[in-house]
Amino acid sequence: MEPTQNTKDRITWHLACNVNDIPEDGGGCALIEGKQIAIFNFTRRGEWYATDNECPHRQQMAIGRGMIGSQGEEPKVACPFHKKTFSLKSGACLTDEDYKINTFPVIVKENKVYIGL
Amino acid sequence: MKANTNTHIVVIGNGMVGYKFCEKLLAKKKNDQEFMLTVFGEEPRVAYDRVHLSEYFAGKTADDLTMASKEWYDQHGIRLFLSDPVVDIDTEEKLVRSHHGHVVHYDYLIMATGSGAFVPSIPGVEKDGVFVYRTIEDLELIQSYARKAKRGAVLGGGLLGLEAAKALLDLGLEEAHVVEFASRLMPRQIDDAGSKILQNQLESLGLNIHLAKSTQEIIGDDCIKGMQFNDNSFLDVDMLVISAGIRPRDELAKIAGLETHPRGGIIVDNALRTSDPYIFAIGECALAHHMIYGLIAPGYEMADVVASALTGVDKEFLPYDMSTKLKLIGTDVASFGDPFVEEPACKTIRYENKAKGIYKRINVSPDGKELLGGILVGDAEQYNMLLQTCKNKTILPPDSEDLILGSRGGEEAGGGVMSLPDDALICSCEAITKGMLCKEVGEKGHNTIDLLKKSCKAGTGCGGCVPLVKDIIQGVMKQNGQYIKTVICEHFDHSRQELLDLVKMNGLKTYGEVLNEFGHGDGCEVCKPLVASVLASLWNENVLTKDRAPIQDSNDRYLANIQKGGTYSVVPRIPGGEITPDKLIVIGQVAKKYNLYTKITGGQRIDLFGAHVNDLPLIWEELIDAGFESGHAYGKALRTVKSCVGSTWCRFGVQDSVSFAIEIEDRYKGIRAPHKFKSAVSGCIRECAEAQSKDFGIIATEKGWNLYVCGNGGSKPQHAQLLASDVDKETCIKLIDRFLMFYIKTADPLTRTATWLNKMDGGLSYLKAVVVDDLLGLASAFEEEMQALINNYKCEWKEVVDSPELRKRYNHFVNVPDKDPTIAFEEMRTQKRAKEWV
Repeated sequence: MEPTQNTKDRITWHLACNVNDIPEDGGGCALIEGKQIAIFNFTRRGEWYATDNECPHRQQMAIGRGMIGSQGEEPKVACPFHKKTFSLKSGACLTDEDYKINTFPVIVKENKVYIGL
Repeated sequence: MKANTNTHIVVIGNGMVGYKFCEKLLAKKKNDQEFMLTVFGEEPRVAYDRVHLSEYFAGKTADDLTMASKEWYDQHGIRLFLSDPVVDIDTEEKLVRSHHGHVVHYDYLIMATGSGAFVPSIPGVEKDGVFVYRTIEDLELIQSYARKAKRGAVLGGGLLGLEAAKALLDLGLEEAHVVEFASRLMPRQIDDAGSKILQNQLESLGLNIHLAKSTQEIIGDDCIKGMQFNDNSFLDVDMLVISAGIRPRDELAKIAGLETHPRGGIIVDNALRTSDPYIFAIGECALAHHMIYGLIAPGYEMADVVASALTGVDKEFLPYDMSTKLKLIGTDVASFGDPFVEEPACKTIRYENKAKGIYKRINVSPDGKELLGGILVGDAEQYNMLLQTCKNKTILPPDSEDLILGSRGGEEAGGGVMSLPDDALICSCEAITKGMLCKEVGEKGHNTIDLLKKSCKAGTGCGGCVPLVKDIIQGVMKQNGQYIKTVICEHFDHSRQELLDLVKMNGLKTYGEVLNEFGHGDGCEVCKPLVASVLASLWNENVLTKDRAPIQDSNDRYLANIQKGGTYSVVPRIPGGEITPDKLIVIGQVAKKYNLYTKITGGQRIDLFGAHVNDLPLIWEELIDAGFESGHAYGKALRTVKSCVGSTWCRFGVQDSVSFAIEIEDRYKGIRAPHKFKSAVSGCIRECAEAQSKDFGIIATEKGWNLYVCGNGGSKPQHAQLLASDVDKETCIKLIDRFLMFYIKTADPLTRTATWLNKMDGGLSYLKAVVVDDLLGLASAFEEEMQALINNYKCEWKEVVDSPELRKRYNHFVNVPDKDPTIAFEEMRTQKRAKEWV
């Protein structure tokens, strides 16, 4: 898939959910345009992130159920299946360079979470 | 205290500590801070390494010993005045005046005047051929005088005196003597027995040692000819080096009106401030905590404390550990903690080997739990380990002599992973052997799980080998002599046990509180489940409430076991494996309704696979209505207590194993531990329940019950070991309470009881001493803590089913009610199975 977040004019913003649908310092998964998008409410850092819900390691739809945290300054999420961890910023796998997930921009406005695809 | 911009700092003294202060101040300086540094030194040289002064005689030059060149001071804009001692301080105007007449203003003044040699007032000390041993100039004088001398003596058998005696030998004197007033060598570090061994070693190298000698007079006309002692003996020498201790250089401080101690030393507070708040004293001139710290390490620490204060970071100088280890003329000498404490304040263990010149002594607290201190002469290999044990107050194994003697046969505390052969397969997913891992850790320095995952992918597959890989990292580091503190991860510099104690003491109940109080950063997949486990083990509150849901590991997060494809499995509790036909029917009905694959587990219960996350609360609602409870198959908690049918039906049975199994399972259900734990009860010696493969297993006897602990099936099977025999039910339960609490409180994360025992110093005999004989005096506390956990038990699935807030999280999507459309099954033997992953 071509990354779209670099070319701002081509981003379409989609309403994903309400803020309180995603637990604090946790994640969830939204169905947007037929795609499963994992959304993270990183309350501790005051940041929101969105990535693919599918873990490329075993093609499991589970990233949204993963645990978030940090490695140094880098925010990350660990897949609940085999604990592959991915940067929430770049999508790069921090434990195994063979893998990568897509990341998407997030906007939070009036308690609604929007994802840019 | 925060220094203003362009603060003037004057340092009096250019010794090791004075220099270190400058270095640290520059390193700690923040961008917005400006310092004008001026240093006055009495000696003609820039600061040099006084600790290794005797190497000057072994061929090192003054340059070799220099700490930093004059250019270094120039480069950093430090004004350095050598051969120019400060002679006056005006504390009102904040000015110092030097011998050469330089007057410099200070905002803060650092006294680092050090110490001079203490010269006892013996008649004749002023004679030619009598020296002190303190500066390079002293050494040059000694060197030139030694050319015409034949017999030399050193007055003082302490650390520095013995160094000086060696220097005399190095200078080629025919005879070298050491004269000590006390009845032993190094009286501040070692005891009589240690001194005897050291004396033997030194004498074999050609030194002559005279102990308990009080020098009455130094004989000679202009030059020294000999020493006259109180006991009428006489020593014929033509040179003498005095090394009878140090005297803090506090004369300038006295002139300036600073508070000093009658026996010497500038009195400072914990921030190293003198009686004048703008003047600090550091190093051997300072009297902190009622003592002069005559070692370099505390001197450097003092430099650090003051440099920190001046750059805006408050730090205290704490009483400093004076443990030392050094090589004295080829002989190791070490002392740590309190080396001299005597019985009955301690129990002393001594080992002496005159043939090899080895002496070891350790002082153990009267209750045998703590190491108080000790002495090592001739072999100080265990120094670091003993020092850590002493400093950290580590609880000692019952045979504490093993600390200095090593384990001598009998019960080995488990060979551990390091005893495996090099070709043992550790990570079977990535085909990585122990040998490969040792190489990664030892040669390439990949000494964390994360580094290893990257470098060789060990542990990246199923992850089952991660605990073993950790053991290998520790094993290799230990072999290389590195001290390892087991910290949880980059976010917590504590071990699990330390964190558990901290969380308990502070009554913390959420992850956020624990991270804020005792961690840093934003947490990760290692520390979050660990803290979750600690919180559950301490308070036994629902794991999904407060902020605790997102910190739970994959299975605890949804109170179900995540399986291939992203569905979950459900295991209702069936205590002791006993179930009514009605309950069996309900399980069957639920399985049919939600299209679940069913299988009898290895633990005498029924597992229902293939549940969508959305269906979990509905499934549990029906199970709970039928009287089921959570089986905690997803938790690091009690799984099942397996039982044989026992005396109620079996013609061999001697006790009712099923009733006891149910009682045990009901007692410990829901209690979370560092890892899952299993149990079984067998009704007779035939052991049909396989209790000896469980974390704790109970086998009926004619007289009562035998309790076995720390068995394991799994990848490294291990038989459980007998903890108590023929005990009644009540005693058995008490012992299990204590055993489990001891495990819960002290095991490393994700460590089963078998591994925990294998790593325990003292092994089973220590475990028995704690659990059965109450060595630590904690038995009743363990029992009470266990009872508190039991009292707090609630079925967590019932709580979820009853709470709309918690139920809300059981949806695959947050924005639509659909189930995950990618989940697919295949058919097999008329049931479904998860689609194989690619």
